Parts: sequence; structure tokens; C-alpha cells
Amino acid sequence: MADYNHAMIIILVMGLATLATRILPVLIFGQGKKVPDYIMYLGRVVPYTAMGLLIVYCLKDVSVLEAPHALPEILALAVVTGSYLWKRNTILSVVVGTVAYMVMVQLIFV
Amino acid sequence: MGNTAENRENVMERRHIKISGKDVIAALRTSLPIMVTFLILGAGYGILMQEHGYGPVWSLLSGIIIFSGTVQFVSVTMLRAGSVVMAAITALMVAARHIFFSISMIGRYRDEGKRKWYLYYALCDETYAMLSKDDGPAEVNVSAYRLLVTLFDQVSWVLGSFLGGLLGTVLEFDSTGIDFAMTALFTTVFIQQWIDSRCHIPAILGLTATLACRLLFARDLFLIPAMIIIIAVLSVMRGKIEETGGAKDGRL
Repeated sequence: MADYNHAMIIILVMGLATLATRILPVLIFGQGKKVPDYIMYLGRVVPYTAMGLLIVYCLKDVSVLEAPHALPEILALAVVTGSYLWKRNTILSVVVGTVAYMVMVQLIFV
Repeated sequence: MGNTAENRENVMERRHIKISGKDVIAALRTSLPIMVTFLILGAGYGILMQEHGYGPVWSLLSGIIIFSGTVQFVSVTMLRAGSVVMAAITALMVAARHIFFSISMIGRYRDEGKRKWYLYYALCDETYAMLSKDDGPAEVNVSAYRLLVTLFDQVSWVLGSFLGGLLGTVLEFDSTGIDFAMTALFTTVFIQQWIDSRCHIPAILGLTATLACRLLFARDLFLIPAMIIIIAVLSVMRGKIEETGGAKDGRL
């Protein structure tokens, strides 16, 4: 039982820490009647920087130096980019790119 | 006077939203790739939890209390005997990027009343990518759309992790590589933003600053310096970015 209590405490603590990263900025910067001009500016531009950040974050464990030298990632990203520029359909590009990637890492570059 | 009455009516209207079928369909269309991936990735988490001796109810609780895939995967090894202080520090470091996301949603969510607390609590990377890029299709009620996209994404993750814990390895399916779906999703948003915007400084900045920090800093820490650099450069270059992008209307 003590074991499960500890697990519950860990989950609660990590949940609280995660919640703090999501809520505290709002409590600090978003409580006034009028949102500061600078925060509004960040709201407009940060989404444009955030996608690059998230893409790099997703690929953080990929190594260019070790085999297969990021080839599955590069090829699958090319499939995503090419299909998206062609059809402009998010679902199509995500499905085609992911299937291509899964085939490569499961069957080709093993 | 007329103006104030109108404002009050507006606020009242946003306090109680009506959700129409159109809103549900639009939100489903946006969330679909995320929902499928979350069901599968969530199942992976549920299976891992099961293997560590924590059944589906634990996955369910963790999905509701923490609701961050990265934090939850890290938490698995800490459940049995991890230090509470280390757990807090680890979660803060792994989840720090949400500070960045939440700040940039303050303007958009300010009229969401009490709903905004749910929207912030459940603002994962994928939901952020979908809701920060636009206000949804023109004909939808944006408040309903935001609520539904956020909810569909979270429910898919929590349900996937519960089912993974329940069915476990009965599901003979090699899902190696499925997480690439998230990379693909962010890439499509990146391309669309590139096409739509006149000013590419933020896009290039996000990519290069994060990449540089990944090469210079430890794998678990690089996002924090990356975000600091991004905010600093955005602040210094504000005049130029707003001038070239004409960002006053909400677009770059």
C-alpha cells in the first residue's frame, strides 16, 4: 500500500508542476483588464516560432552521425513537405508521412 | 451606454456557449490526426504503466492529473521510489515549454470566461499547434471549437492509455515510429504558416535557435535556453517584425 501512496504523490507532484507551467504565466500576465501590448505581440509571433521549436524537439533523439544517419527522418519529412505542397491536406500528409516513416524504421532501416 | 450594453451582452454570450453540429464536425476534422495518434501513443503509455505494475486506472488518473505525454512517460520510472523533489524538478524542466505556449494564448483566451482554465490546463503541444494557428473555419463558434478540439485531444490520450492498460499486449501491433505523426503535424503547420506570412523571421528564428541549442546543450535542457533566445530576439526585433509583417491584424 505504501508503494501506491508514493506513486500517487509522485503523480500529484508532477501534475502540479505541469499545471504550474500552463497556468502561472496566465496568473502573472493575464489578470489585468487589458492584456499588455507586449504580451499581445508575443501572442501574434510566438506561434510562428513555436512550430520550428516543436519540430526540433520531436527530432531531438535523432543522430546524424550514427547509422542510418537520420535518413528515415529526412525522407519522411520530404514526403510530408512534398505531399502538403501538392494537396494542402494536413490529414493526408500526416498519414502518408507517418506510414512511410514506420515502414522505413520497421522494415528497411532495421 | 449602448456600447457598454452591447459589450455586456457579448460577454454573456461567450459565458454560455451553444455547441452546434457544425462546431463538432470542424473540431473533429482538426483533431482527427491527433486523436488517432494519441489513441495509439496513449496505448503505448498504458502498456508501459501496466508492465511497471500500474493498471489502467493509474493511467487514467495520470492522464487527468498530469496530461502531458512527455512528463507522463518520464514519470513511469519514478512512481515506485523516485524522489519527490526530483519528480517536481523533472516535470518543471520537461514541461517548461508550456510557459511559452500559455503566454502566447493569453490574448486569444481572454474572453473565454471560466472555460479558459480548462483550455490552459489541457493545452498540450498538439492542441496548441492547432489552436494558435487560427480561429478555426469561418462559420464555427470559436469558443466551442477551442473547447472541443482541446477536449477531443485530451479524451483520446486518456482513453488510449486506459485501453492500453486494459488490453495490454493483446494488441499485437508494432507501433514503432508512430510518434512521427506529431513531427509531421507540426511540419504541415510550419509550411502553412510560411505560405501565409510575409515575415519569415519568426519561423527561421524558432527553427535555428532551437537547433543551435540542441547542439550546444544537454538533451533534456535545450528548450529552456532556446525559448529565452527566441523571446529575446523577438523583443529586440519587434519593430522590424511588425513593420515587414504588418502583424497588427494578427497575421504576420
